[in-house]
Amino acid sequence: MGKDNQNILQELETSDYKYGFVTDIETETIGRGLSEEVIRLISQKKGEPEWMLERRLKAYRHWLTMKHPNWAHLDIPEIDFQDVIYYAAPKQTKKLNSMDEVDPELKRTFDKLGIPLEEQMALAGVAVDAVMDSVSVKTTFRDTLAEKGIIFCSISEAIKEHPELIKKYLGSVVPYTDNFYAALNAAVFSDGSFCYIPKGVRCPMELSTYFRINAQGTGQFERTLIVADEGAYVSYLEGCTAPRRDENQLHAAVVEIVVEKDADVKYSTVQNWYPGDKEGRGGIYNFVTKRGLCKQGAHLSWTQVETGSAITWKYPSCVLLGDNSSGEFYSVAMTNNFQQADTGTKMIHLGKNTRSRIVSKGISAGRSQNAYRGLVQVAKGADNARNYSQCDSLLIGDKCGAHTFPVIKNANPSAVLEHEATTSKISEEQLFYCQQRGLSAEDAVGLIVNGYAREVLSKLPMEFAVEAQKLLSISLEGSVG
Amino acid sequence: MLKIENLHAKVGDKEILKGINLEVKAGEVHAIMGPNGSGKSTLASVLAGNEKFDVTQGSVEYNGENLLELNVEERSRKGLFLGFQYPVEIPGVTMANFMKIAVNEQRKARGEEPLSPAEYLKLMREKSAIVELDSKLTSRAVNEGFSGGEKKKNEIFQMAMLDPKLAILDETDSGLDIDALRIVATGVTRLKREDNATVVITHYQRLLDYIVPDYVHVLYKGRIIYTGDKSLALKLEKEGYDWLINDYKEE
Repeated sequence: MGKDNQNILQELETSDYKYGFVTDIETETIGRGLSEEVIRLISQKKGEPEWMLERRLKAYRHWLTMKHPNWAHLDIPEIDFQDVIYYAAPKQTKKLNSMDEVDPELKRTFDKLGIPLEEQMALAGVAVDAVMDSVSVKTTFRDTLAEKGIIFCSISEAIKEHPELIKKYLGSVVPYTDNFYAALNAAVFSDGSFCYIPKGVRCPMELSTYFRINAQGTGQFERTLIVADEGAYVSYLEGCTAPRRDENQLHAAVVEIVVEKDADVKYSTVQNWYPGDKEGRGGIYNFVTKRGLCKQGAHLSWTQVETGSAITWKYPSCVLLGDNSSGEFYSVAMTNNFQQADTGTKMIHLGKNTRSRIVSKGISAGRSQNAYRGLVQVAKGADNARNYSQCDSLLIGDKCGAHTFPVIKNANPSAVLEHEATTSKISEEQLFYCQQRGLSAEDAVGLIVNGYAREVLSKLPMEFAVEAQKLLSISLEGSVG
Repeated sequence: MLKIENLHAKVGDKEILKGINLEVKAGEVHAIMGPNGSGKSTLASVLAGNEKFDVTQGSVEYNGENLLELNVEERSRKGLFLGFQYPVEIPGVTMANFMKIAVNEQRKARGEEPLSPAEYLKLMREKSAIVELDSKLTSRAVNEGFSGGEKKKNEIFQMAMLDPKLAILDETDSGLDIDALRIVATGVTRLKREDNATVVITHYQRLLDYIVPDYVHVLYKGRIIYTGDKSLALKLEKEGYDWLINDYKEE
């Protein structure tokens, strides 16, 4: 191995995390720690109805009986849940009527994030709900969507304005009893997005949520609920960033998707929470539960590009309840420096003729650890279920780790289940070939990695795909000399 | 254009090049022949800057610059092209995209603007015609699933796209059937100009039926032991290397 290329492949410096700025904005927070009192305070601040508070308290009491999950291939430092601030909001006194009234500093933040919150949105054709710390700041395009009967608003508003839908669907896919972090989220979630597409409606634009943690010492616990009624279609995008801080911050989100009969939902995530510095200081702990329920003939597709967070624990799943329903999971998970990721999916085949497809591409660099964990389960009554799984790992350098934990549980002999896995390294020969054509080593690695991830990136909506490509290259900066 | 003096290089502890001297001027075509293991491919790799090899002695001047001080991509951007004996696959990256990045890197190094998509497509169409490269290949991943012949044609296509000053072709003819050989070789010939030069490394005389060299060098045990004109290749084809290398066998 040549000296320079050895350095290129092994030398590690931190990459510049360009979203690492802090917005200087007045923030209203409550004290650190968690208690029934704190939950009442959150509920009160949000002006919630009594039934919502009851749900929160029930979840909290259940959470107290639960233990932190430690089964993942992760080294999780003990988290002091009493040291987290559970509510932080950019201070705003009055309700806003137009974009002009949004705090300019806040607007600048979203500009820096490259979120076109205003007129540009019309061109981009994306409706955005931006969540800063705990509060949903602005939902664009609501009127256009309302004409089609589409509801797209913050979950707090939905609780007040559409209680019947919330009561029916919230917690129906991920109940608070599901796991430790789902229970915590159900107790303390502060905001998030809600989306409802009525029967037979095809949502005319991509819906998008941007999550941003800004205030120090806070956790973010957003809750997203998407309901696609019979025959409806929606494509939903989610982006996440956070400032660079030395301490670890907690993020525990829940995303629930209800895909009714013959409906189709595409959910895309580009997760770029602050990953910590090159020594492994700071960064977001990302514990997320994402699940969709597919009724008869319904289709749900998860696409995720995970480049951020110090620790990622996340398994977007499909419960294929209805006959002829199908689920897909496309994932690129990249870890560098001291990042740890344990991510994958669960495909639960309950209905007949259900199909699922898993394509997971892990990329490990630096001293990071990257695990794919997947479950494909076929129930007794799920005749003719089919699954195809492909899990690839790409290693950059020789101090990182890639791990695969695929689990198959099959109770029906008619099932056809395929699993393929590969592990590869970027070769010296590939680098030399690219460099001989004039590419720098860094560009070459970026190109090779993007090529490796192409099958997944091509599933992303166009604009997101471009961003994700850049992100993969940026996240590798420093890992290649 | 290229002046190699007393070049020594080793891989690990093994010295492979033991004092190469070679001068290539603009407008010339040089052929380097020699038995297996004589150091032909090593010479090509060292000139391109492959770090697998350590240069221990000697100098290489390229257009007035010290070539050995430049890194791989700098050499490329200054117009040095290597046609690979074993082109590498890059899954998921289309040939068209790969070349677009490469062409624009070269343009950037010359202080030129990147090509517009329309200009680029035009260039690609024009250059793929030179080697009769199936236009479908440019939308496939770099070298992935290409046949041996397609890979070699693809190397010459890239050479045409990048329009190098000095092209070093490492056994571009190996593994080619006679038609592919003709296409590759005429491609190279059509790219020849007064202001560029080509070094062809080959085992067989038959390539030189199409590419007419000004000089033919025989490389043996890390040194150029004989230089002649194109008739030398014919003689080698007929009589082998024995008459030349007998004198050196004792070493």
